[in-house]
Amino acid sequence: MQVTMTVNGEEVTRDIEPRLLLVHFVRDHLGLTGTHWGCDTSNCGTCVVWMDGEPVKSCTVLAAMAAGRTIRTVEDLERDGELDPVQQGFMQCHGLQCGFCTPGMMMTARWLLDHDPDPTDDEIREAISGQFCRCTGYENVVQAIRWAAEHPDGLGEAAEPAAAADSAAAGDAVSEEVSA
Amino acid sequence: MTTTESPDAAPAAPLSAAGNPIGFGRMLRKEDARFLRGKGNYIDDIQLPGMLHAAILRSPYAHARINAIDTSAAEAHPKVKAVITGAVLEGLNLAWMPTLSQDVQAVLATDKVRFQGQEVAFVVAEDRYAARDALELIEVDYEPLDPVVDARRALDEGAPVIRDDIEGKADNHIFDWESGDAARCDQVFADADVVVTQDMIYPRSHPAPLETCGSVAHMDPVTAKLTAWITSQAPHAHRTVYALVAGLPEHKIQVISPDIGGGFGNKVPIYPGYVLAVVGSIVTHKPVKWVEDRSENLMTTGFARDYHMRGQFAATRDGKMLGLRVDVIADHGAFNGTAQPTKFPAGFFNIFTGSYDLQAAHCKVTGVYTNKAPGGVAYACSFRITEAAYLVERMVDILAAELDMDPAELRRRNLLQPEQFPYTTHTGWEYDSGNYPRALEVALELAGYDELRREQAERRDRGELMGIGLSFFTEGVGAGPRKHMDILGLGMADGCELRVHPTGKAVVRLSVQTQGQGHETTYAQIVSSQLGIPPEDIEVVHGDTDQTPFGLGTYGSRSTPVSGAAAAVVARRVRDKARIITAAALECDPSDLEWELGRWQVKGDPTHGKTIQEVALLSHSSLELPEGVEGHLDASAVYNPPNLTYPFGAYICVVDVDPGTGQVKVRRFVAVDDCGPRINPMIVEGQIHGGLADGVGMALMQAIAFDEDGNCLGGSFMDYLLPTALECPTWELGETVTPSPHHPLGCKGVGESATVGSPAAVVNAVIDALKPFGVRHADMPLTPAQVWLAMQGRPLRTDLAIT
Repeated sequence: MQVTMTVNGEEVTRDIEPRLLLVHFVRDHLGLTGTHWGCDTSNCGTCVVWMDGEPVKSCTVLAAMAAGRTIRTVEDLERDGELDPVQQGFMQCHGLQCGFCTPGMMMTARWLLDHDPDPTDDEIREAISGQFCRCTGYENVVQAIRWAAEHPDGLGEAAEPAAAADSAAAGDAVSEEVSA
Repeated sequence: MTTTESPDAAPAAPLSAAGNPIGFGRMLRKEDARFLRGKGNYIDDIQLPGMLHAAILRSPYAHARINAIDTSAAEAHPKVKAVITGAVLEGLNLAWMPTLSQDVQAVLATDKVRFQGQEVAFVVAEDRYAARDALELIEVDYEPLDPVVDARRALDEGAPVIRDDIEGKADNHIFDWESGDAARCDQVFADADVVVTQDMIYPRSHPAPLETCGSVAHMDPVTAKLTAWITSQAPHAHRTVYALVAGLPEHKIQVISPDIGGGFGNKVPIYPGYVLAVVGSIVTHKPVKWVEDRSENLMTTGFARDYHMRGQFAATRDGKMLGLRVDVIADHGAFNGTAQPTKFPAGFFNIFTGSYDLQAAHCKVTGVYTNKAPGGVAYACSFRITEAAYLVERMVDILAAELDMDPAELRRRNLLQPEQFPYTTHTGWEYDSGNYPRALEVALELAGYDELRREQAERRDRGELMGIGLSFFTEGVGAGPRKHMDILGLGMADGCELRVHPTGKAVVRLSVQTQGQGHETTYAQIVSSQLGIPPEDIEVVHGDTDQTPFGLGTYGSRSTPVSGAAAAVVARRVRDKARIITAAALECDPSDLEWELGRWQVKGDPTHGKTIQEVALLSHSSLELPEGVEGHLDASAVYNPPNLTYPFGAYICVVDVDPGTGQVKVRRFVAVDDCGPRINPMIVEGQIHGGLADGVGMALMQAIAFDEDGNCLGGSFMDYLLPTALECPTWELGETVTPSPHHPLGCKGVGESATVGSPAAVVNAVIDALKPFGVRHADMPLTPAQVWLAMQGRPLRTDLAIT
């Protein structure tokens, strides 16, 4: 069957099997591999994308169900070469380690902040409670989303000095004997 | 050796033009740039022209004879390119492969299936959906056999023999291993005022990295070179095993471990799927991708723990610990596939005396086969120090209860003292450094321990169940000294290569492979700390056997203790060479020069010198160098650690238990870690956070149990419960700094400390909360049902199905 949908602002049309999952459509047919697959059972949330502006777990949505709809994936967070404040927050607060859950977490975070610009930490935890992270113990994910809430325009000019130090915290250096 | 409570007093590393520390300090991660944009390159992201997709047919039975396999319908599927069975592999002498523990494992079953989910057939097809379709078309005639499910009954008379493939095998026994002095232990126990005994299970758990395991294999039919992208924590070890298993020449194998979506030990072993992807590529002359699904990951790949332990503590009435004795039945599953140094069949479990000053200790571990998936050493366990730390820290609390003594006070009275280091344990480990009492006091203070106990008493008076749990752990990481430690005969030393380009930028090549630990940042900082080159000017290359020196890989928290040391050594060699080149350029003697970060300069005349960048250019220039000094600025090293490093920490967990439902809420968690100097404190804290969540998960939620037929009851994330942001509190971290005396940077590995140390703190807190019910012990996971039953005085065997 043929499906047409809008993905990250571009209309795409593909011939697909009716049973094709949206996650595989996005990854294998469109090459947008930022959306991940992790469990099959809607538990892990690595596959979260937006469908018509709402986060969905794309491992349990058929591509056919997305026909005529609007899909947004992690690849669309960066605009005009500038990272979304959520992306900046994850970097500033070490909200990711292996990076596998990160795209899904960020899509949920962006949606949360669009609907509630100043959530409490408990509300942030509730919002991401349908998603697993195996690396961070969630603490820095919560901090990253809080950072994005507190910096709705991101870092601005200083946006992404690739792997630059947070100057405020750069003084946390370690004991003398190590650099001797 | 000195211990500092806070590193704030240490001078900060100077900042580079980009704002990064030239050396140690908080630095945002280089690798984040791609992950944040969805531009990571994980195994399933790899697409090659003409690539085919594979799927594995797996056994529905835990134990069954295979009478026949009919693949004809699958082969007739229009999109199927190959169907491979055990019989096909037998013809290639590939039906069995060696494990990392001197056993063999079936790649595809030939005679019997020995656990539910075992690999039976392999299908290669045009797409992943067709491959799965074809699995449905394969007919297997199974003859079910009685399974061995309960590890404690595996050695019973008349138990079904699982490994009848091993000639003469008449039972399910794998090994007996002892450590310590049994006779001395008996004497200490005989003389003791108090002896407490407790059976406890560290249940089978699974690391469950969010990315499952997989491989893309491409055997180039023209060059006969195999390129294998593998979810591998140990690419070099994997390549060597490929060479040994498949008989392929090692120089014609390139193993690439791309971005890894979490490992935690799950991605150390060689799995049948990896081998089958290679066979599939050889058979079809195409690249073949195989990626397991979540159920396959949970049911068949490297599980963790499954230790059935009996602990006995001997002490005086006034709380002086005397001896510790442990007997263990170790469930290794159907094949002995544990990944650990050869001489340590129970891993480093015999570090079970932990952090205490005892007079004697002894353990005996018996490994058994059961009809379950193979594995055992995984999940940030530091080669079974998780089990050891849990055992001793539970036993300390049980002893405290018996003596009616505060568990903090009992620990305080028995911790090893700073002046006892280096300390040799009764089972032969030489702890390199430590200041345990200080770490405990920092944790108690951070938690407000005395106030917590007052609050607990008040709540108890109101009928509320609040618990406070302590755990003090000693880790042993950085395996290891090659004369003692090898895997498959490969000594556990790791190489490192460093080259400074003419313009002063550098590339460092590592044998280890990150799975999220941030190596691209940390290793740049290590080199930066030794050479003064800004970390943004240092590229870290890893995960590709054609691009990196040999080494054993990343697990057991060994990267910083072994490869981190190698990186420091290699950078110092470059620095030494730079000194000679500087001396040649300045026409002075090298001994006249002194090092100021990033620059060699004349002693007493700092205006005369050369920066490392200037030296890099000089080293490639026409400058005449002394006899025997080659040009260019590079070096290599192989680091053979003289000993493990021994990080330690004190953890305190506070829980509230719902008396009506048994539900546990972790209210607070205080973690004081000492891993020596922290290269990048931000990354270290992140590592600790993750391990603490593991501890909450294992203590309260996670277990792979089996029913009486050997059906796996943890085969999906609906059954195997992982902690979410709602189960985890805000972690409260503290630190002390006790440098390792033998590591070139004083650093100790930290990746697994929190996973090792935290489960006991959570369990101790829950049992403490249940004190009004007289509960002495209940096994993990402390689910609401388990806690509720414990309150009734009848806790479950959590490794078996509720019947």
